[in-house]
Amino acid sequence: MTAALQVEKLNRAFGALPVTRDVDLTLERGARRALIGPNGAGKTTLVNLITGVLKPHSGRVLLNGEDITASSQAARARRGLARTFQINQLFRGLTVLENLCMTVGERDGHCDNLWRSAGSKREVIDEAIGYLDSLRLTDDALKLVRELPYGRQRLVEIAIALAQKPRVLLLDEPAAGVPSSESHLILDVVAALDPDIAVLIIEHDMDVVFRFAKEITVLVQGAVFTQGTPDEIMNNEQVRAVYLGQEGHRGGHHG
Amino acid sequence: MGLVPQFANIAVSILFDGLAYAMFLFITSVGLSVTMGLMGFVNLAHGAFAMAGGYVVVTLTRSYGIGFVPSLVIAAIVIGAVSVVFERFLYRRLYKSTDLEQVLLTIGLAFMAIATATYIYGPIPKSVPLPDWLQGDVNLGFRYFPSYRAFLIVLGTVLIAVLWYAFERTNIGAKIRAAVDNRRMAESVGINVDRLFTLTFAVGSGLAALGGGLAIQLLGLSPSFAVLYLVLFLIVVAVGGLGSLKGTLLAALVLGIFDTGGKYLLADAGGFFVYAVTVVVLLIKPAGFYGRE
Amino acid sequence: MAASETIGAAARERATDYLAKRHRFRLAEALPWLIAIAVFFIFPTRLTFGSQVLVMVMFALSLDLILGYAGIVTLGHAAFFGVGAYTVGLAAARLDWTEPISGLFAAAIAAGLVGFVTGWFLLRYRGLTLLMLTLATAILLQETGNLRSDISGGYDGLPGLTFKPLLGIFDYDLYGHTYYLYVLAVLAVVFYLIRRIVYSPFGQALTGIRENVRRMHAIGSPVHRRLVTVYTIAAAIAGVAGALFTQTNAYVTLTVFDFDNSAKVMVMLILGGTGRLYGAFVGAAVYMVLEDYFSKLSPTFWQFGIGLMLVLAVLFAPRGILGLFERVGSYLAERKRS
Repeated sequence: MTAALQVEKLNRAFGALPVTRDVDLTLERGARRALIGPNGAGKTTLVNLITGVLKPHSGRVLLNGEDITASSQAARARRGLARTFQINQLFRGLTVLENLCMTVGERDGHCDNLWRSAGSKREVIDEAIGYLDSLRLTDDALKLVRELPYGRQRLVEIAIALAQKPRVLLLDEPAAGVPSSESHLILDVVAALDPDIAVLIIEHDMDVVFRFAKEITVLVQGAVFTQGTPDEIMNNEQVRAVYLGQEGHRGGHHG
Repeated sequence: MGLVPQFANIAVSILFDGLAYAMFLFITSVGLSVTMGLMGFVNLAHGAFAMAGGYVVVTLTRSYGIGFVPSLVIAAIVIGAVSVVFERFLYRRLYKSTDLEQVLLTIGLAFMAIATATYIYGPIPKSVPLPDWLQGDVNLGFRYFPSYRAFLIVLGTVLIAVLWYAFERTNIGAKIRAAVDNRRMAESVGINVDRLFTLTFAVGSGLAALGGGLAIQLLGLSPSFAVLYLVLFLIVVAVGGLGSLKGTLLAALVLGIFDTGGKYLLADAGGFFVYAVTVVVLLIKPAGFYGRE
Repeated sequence: MAASETIGAAARERATDYLAKRHRFRLAEALPWLIAIAVFFIFPTRLTFGSQVLVMVMFALSLDLILGYAGIVTLGHAAFFGVGAYTVGLAAARLDWTEPISGLFAAAIAAGLVGFVTGWFLLRYRGLTLLMLTLATAILLQETGNLRSDISGGYDGLPGLTFKPLLGIFDYDLYGHTYYLYVLAVLAVVFYLIRRIVYSPFGQALTGIRENVRRMHAIGSPVHRRLVTVYTIAAAIAGVAGALFTQTNAYVTLTVFDFDNSAKVMVMLILGGTGRLYGAFVGAAVYMVLEDYFSKLSPTFWQFGIGLMLVLAVLFAPRGILGLFERVGSYLAERKRS
């Protein structure tokens, strides 16, 4: 069966510095995979390569069997690849509802329409509110995004990704920056994701990782260090060493 | 004269005049390039600083009888100092603002400066008394060249050398280059970027004032100089690449020589070339010759 | 449980309602049009000036589409105004084509075409690069006109143009009565079109591009295509404004391409407030009236005043006059609530 997302021998360097080295990764339908690794391992870079923000020097990215390596970011999104950013990328000057309507509108091609009013598309608004409902954001629907506390903004970020009706979802540290009192909101959502969607989550918090992931990929210095089930990874001496080594040399790496 | 020597003569004239013009462009624009590269601050009042420098030279030479070259130096220092006041009290508040707001504020300042200059000096172009050695021609062996332009070329070359040395060989230059490259990293390493910026801004504005003073004889000085030549300075900066000394120099040379050549060969219509070159360069290298993406 | 469900349902209702009804015309929107008509009766001798103000309103509206809604900053919008102005001018002077309304369409098409071609290439860039490229484009068009000043009339321009009566009936009279109403009618049609675009899903996408273009790419929006589309439309409208300019002045020179013109329309829009459609009305009217009054008094004083206005606007009223009104309005609303 074709995998939802397949990454083959992806390579990328910044000048002389290789940041992604021969990475292979497979996400089956319904996958729940966590991508972990020490700071500077190149996790976000890998996500950027998969989503098309960066172009690889060699290697392929396949979405549902289709080679999208040469496709633009937007083209990939239209084919069912959604992501959240490590730092929120929202339409801050617009209301929460507009953020969602925009996403649904672009997804279904409504935004090609210059003539009918946006408000006349009741089905778009209803669907957008549906996503707000499922994330308990309905009360904030008419608030400007920049007026929301950061934790709720993070929820909007996830709502947008979900509103794309993705087949593959890449979450870049979804709980990052969220005060611990609110992080359960995010985690509940992540836990309740549609079982059909293939999900890759970058995460530092090991509790979250072990709660959520069925498989784990460990990335070190741009290369896949090892992959396996949570149990295998937890008992892997080398993985511990890599992380403990990181602890011992704190301050020597940048993110 | 035969056709080839005639052609060669024109070519030499174009190169010489183009070089002089390029020196003027470089001196006046380099400050703008470095400050935009360093702080990302779009300062459209830069042309006004140049114009102000020119008018200071006019006042010093005509009302106080001070020599041309000393006046240039004084004007550069005065305008440099004045620019610090602007930076501290006005520009600083807009470092986090949008490009558009910076554009509008500084254009507003430029308009106010132009109006003030028109009020004080009137709209007619002014001239300055030049010392004897800057008037007439100088014999460079195979041909005579206008002394003023020769002076411009020499002065420009000296300034380039000084700036290059300061940029590449001194501590401060290294700090500036680091901050242009990656401001956050530079700050985390302990470089006081704010103070660095004030310094570069002052030097850049002082150089602009110097350029304005030099322009009086070369291009004529009237209040509208501030906006007329601003476009050219922005083009030099954009084509050269923000924050790059090399880029500004290369852009000044290319644009200066093309513009001069165009005007020599096609008179009025020659103004075409500068803009055509700009479009071509920016379409191929949107960040300019030596800009970072 | 039931209580929170009702709260949720109430929020849904409110939200859906707000979006569904946003595009409806509000009573206050009739104001600028009533004022424009009132001017016709109150200032019958100043109608030529009035027409110029309306032309500038249209020009500023076209800029609002790209600057206020799509968030693109350019310095060459006068290029399209100029193309429109010269389409009508050259058609009248060289081709003896003097029917006004068809002239408008020709201008729109010509300017739109230039907008489409330049936009397709240039809108891949932003920031200083785009500013310089758009500026250079406008100047290049101007210089091209200058190259063939035998055709274009150069900076002296094409004077003494005459146009056929509107719809074959209404002739241009000395005080510009007919033309004022003509420009007002065209402005109304153009405004209606722009308003529909702004409230459409496409218009929504434009604000998305303005607010966060990275996000737009990530949700699959064909950003470049959207930008080229709006740029073309804005160019066409600016072209119509230019065409009206030539028709009402019976004269056009290459100065229509000046950077000054691009800067002026931007100042008007900023003054009034971007992204609000009516900012163009307020800004253009205020600017033109002030300019008319002060530059007669003393051009130097006017230039100083405009500079000062810009500085103060950026420091204290970055959202323009309409923004100030909004702030006052919400302040009063706060007071009422407490």
